[in-house]
Amino acid sequence: MTASMLVPLLPLILPSAAAVMTMVAIAIRRSHTLTALLSALGLVAGLVAIPLSAAAQPRQVTPLLLLDGYALLFLGLSFSASLIVVAFCYSYFERRNEVGEELYVLLLAATVGAGTLAASTHFASLFLGLEVLSVSLYATLAYHREEERGLEAGIKYLVLAASSAAFLLFGLALLYFEAGSMDLAALAPRLGGSGSLSLVSLAGFSLSLVGVGFKLAVVPFHSWTADVYEGSPAPVTAFLATVSKGGIFAVLLRFFLPIQAPSARSMVMAIAIASMLVGNLLALRQKNLKRLLAYSSISHFGYLLIAFLAGGRDGVASATFYLVAYFATTLAAFGVIGEMSRATGREADAVEDYRGLSWSRPGLAGVLTVSMLSLAGIPLTAGFVGKFYVLQAGVRAELWPALMVLVGGSALGLSYYLRVVVALFQSGPAPSPARAGFAEVVLGLLLLALLWLGLFPEQIVALIDRMARLS
Amino acid sequence: MILPWIVLIFLIGSVMVWVAGLFGSLWPRIVSLVVLVAHLGMLLALWLRHVREVELTAADPWLLKYSVPWIPGLNINFSLGMDGVSLLLVVLSNFLTILAVAASWKSVQERVGFFHFNLMFIMAALAGLFLATDLFLFYVCWEVLLVPLYFLIALWGYQEKRIYAAVKFFIFTQASGLLLLLAILGLHFAHARATGVHTFDYFQLIGTPLSTETAWWLMLGFFAAFAVKLPVVPVHTWLPDAHAEAPTAGSVDLAGLVLKVGAYGLLRFIFPLFPQAAQAIAPLAMGLGVLGIVYGAVVAFGQTDLKRLVAYTSVSHMGFVLLGIFAWNPLALQGAVMVMMAHGISTGALFIIAGDLSARLHTRELSKMGGLWATAPRIGGAAMLFALASLGLPGLGNFVGELLVLLGTWQVNPVAATLATAGFILSTIYSLWMIQRVFHGANPQGWKVPDMSAREGVIMAIAVAVIVWLGLFPQTELNTARKSLEGLTAASGIVAAGPSKGAGARAEAKP
Repeated sequence: MTASMLVPLLPLILPSAAAVMTMVAIAIRRSHTLTALLSALGLVAGLVAIPLSAAAQPRQVTPLLLLDGYALLFLGLSFSASLIVVAFCYSYFERRNEVGEELYVLLLAATVGAGTLAASTHFASLFLGLEVLSVSLYATLAYHREEERGLEAGIKYLVLAASSAAFLLFGLALLYFEAGSMDLAALAPRLGGSGSLSLVSLAGFSLSLVGVGFKLAVVPFHSWTADVYEGSPAPVTAFLATVSKGGIFAVLLRFFLPIQAPSARSMVMAIAIASMLVGNLLALRQKNLKRLLAYSSISHFGYLLIAFLAGGRDGVASATFYLVAYFATTLAAFGVIGEMSRATGREADAVEDYRGLSWSRPGLAGVLTVSMLSLAGIPLTAGFVGKFYVLQAGVRAELWPALMVLVGGSALGLSYYLRVVVALFQSGPAPSPARAGFAEVVLGLLLLALLWLGLFPEQIVALIDRMARLS
Repeated sequence: MILPWIVLIFLIGSVMVWVAGLFGSLWPRIVSLVVLVAHLGMLLALWLRHVREVELTAADPWLLKYSVPWIPGLNINFSLGMDGVSLLLVVLSNFLTILAVAASWKSVQERVGFFHFNLMFIMAALAGLFLATDLFLFYVCWEVLLVPLYFLIALWGYQEKRIYAAVKFFIFTQASGLLLLLAILGLHFAHARATGVHTFDYFQLIGTPLSTETAWWLMLGFFAAFAVKLPVVPVHTWLPDAHAEAPTAGSVDLAGLVLKVGAYGLLRFIFPLFPQAAQAIAPLAMGLGVLGIVYGAVVAFGQTDLKRLVAYTSVSHMGFVLLGIFAWNPLALQGAVMVMMAHGISTGALFIIAGDLSARLHTRELSKMGGLWATAPRIGGAAMLFALASLGLPGLGNFVGELLVLLGTWQVNPVAATLATAGFILSTIYSLWMIQRVFHGANPQGWKVPDMSAREGVIMAIAVAVIVWLGLFPQTELNTARKSLEGLTAASGIVAAGPSKGAGARAEAKP
């Protein structure tokens, strides 16, 4: 570790420093606005540091972290998403009587954890990042601590995340036993590359897949997800759905992609197919919007696994684009939920709460409509380009069975996304006069981003093509 | 440069009418009418120039072409091209949308701005779809078309089952649409493997060397999507629901335009891209066409709901289109295009009449109607005329189209042609039966309703004029489509049996 290594590490250092500063600031003076502002500044500083880091050499900072284009892209994505979540949180907690300041510290720490995951090239940093992320999330998820549902969410996530971490640790230990190295880059060749895996390494692979699968909430490790989504505050759910899952998917690509053994592939294929089917089926009859989004996220990670299976540069690029689109869409959807909760003074998560929204608050209804269409993958939205990209990678790799399931799953998915859209446009209860909030500006920007990505994705496609390469 | 504007004017127009909706419910109607009429004028001017000046050849039947890069990273271009067939279909869409706006003048009173936004947006998607020469762009328009249609049905439809109908429609078309996307991607990569060029360009993809098996699967992907939209019989069940629940404008758009989208896809893509596979499936497809003709007619006869009845007649008429396309000779293709045009207008008009009636009677049940001729003779007269058109009376457009299809099919598959003739008889039965049930006989409910208003009269007069024009002077339409159809048959490399002089000529059948 030399001083020259600090520059590439800046995007991780600055938000960490901001977390500490925010904590100190809270100790001195409790002010919601100040705290939110400080943490937003920390994230902006992290974003600004990304170009600096990209220009610096060397990229490998200690054997633990590699700040290559891929990692920086994910850092940028996570920081932007967190920034939006901070904005949502500010609006969401502003009118509530709960003290929300510590939340921002935890969010910053979790973001740094997700960033560490994306940059990790070593078992140690992987686990470190994962735990920083998870431990920060335990507390944020249960932030409605007077409510039963909030506590349930926190406890469920705590128990399952901790036990999945144990699975992951054991899996990593087995892989280390077989490969004799904790370095991710060295792992695949030592395990035999694309040949078949030995029994021990297969066990190690499966156990670590269980650990990662829990965090991504893919089938059959998905049972926690609906309760946790439902119980935690809307902006925090948005964070869980985007930054947390995105960081873990980033490490999944880096960690598992080089392992192309047939047995490992068929395992991932089974998980992908099961996730697409089960996620969409469970969402079909959901009347709670947050639970619906939870189940839909299961299927979306099933789609993402197709990109993972396709592998190669194509697979990485398509998965990255899909994540960008998914981040924007999910943030928009949860942003609307948060804004509605702020307006109604309780967690507005039943689809019924959104009945007739297009009459009372057409702006919010418009954002939610576009984000539902984007989740369904309808053209002119970001979600369509993402799905197209994934399909393209899948067709090139000729993953026909999985692609057929994707087609079926999408058709199922459509029916519940449309149900939400229809509710928005039905005649509903008399509109409650609500003041337009600060979050609406952010939502407007997200809406523009969704349409922009859907219409003119070229710049992002080119950026991803340039940056998202796994060495 | 005129080509992108054909699409853009509708897009800009759709935003304009939405904004106009903020200033009252009359403005969106006026703005959309002005935009649509002006646009139709532009298209007609283009058509006239084409008729008078432009000499097209089968080797290059394109009037206009336009292309700019859209997503270069994925080799996607924004490419448009207009040949005779797409010109005809865009004109038809524009014309029918004008009728739809006029027909909804009184009946739509909620969210008028958004309603017309949807109509204009459908028009933009349709124009893009008929003009697209990039397969990605085609797919985008194909899917985008669904969203405003969905809103039309779900928001302005009849009360009972409109959301069920809208969702069913959307899911059917979306699932099949994704198969189309998979097939497009499969073709894209097959082309890339064979030639090293990554492209979605229609002209480059024609003649891609494919193994028999690959061509078969890819063709099925295309066929599935188009078959659902057409609709071909086993996958037609979304259609009666969607039609019955849609508002009048939605029904006009569905019958007149959305069904044409499937036919257009079959025409434009199946044979040129996969000639061998298409020929292999042709007997089966023609069988499905005959099945559709007979099944649609028989089921139409059994309906008790006026709009569902008209919807099933569409299934029957579209059977002729399927038959004509898979006969794949210039005569049958001319017929198929003519059926598309004439069916769009006659069925559109019948749906408008059905809408007018149900607005007056507040029911669509045939059993509650009867004897309306006495109280509304002008509506009855218009309905009679379009029922006659639908049953294929000589002198009206549908007759020309269906006859040409039969003549062309006879050269390829006499059995199918013979069986399809049953369609003429069956359509006579259901059409006259419908008129009998609605307008003649006793008037048990004692209906006394106002006859056609001036606005409705103008709509009907225009539609009548066009259908008579198509029936008596079909040559203009046939000439417009001819070179494009010859170009398509040439592109598919299948030399047609029979005369290619055009459809006005007498058919000299060669075995």
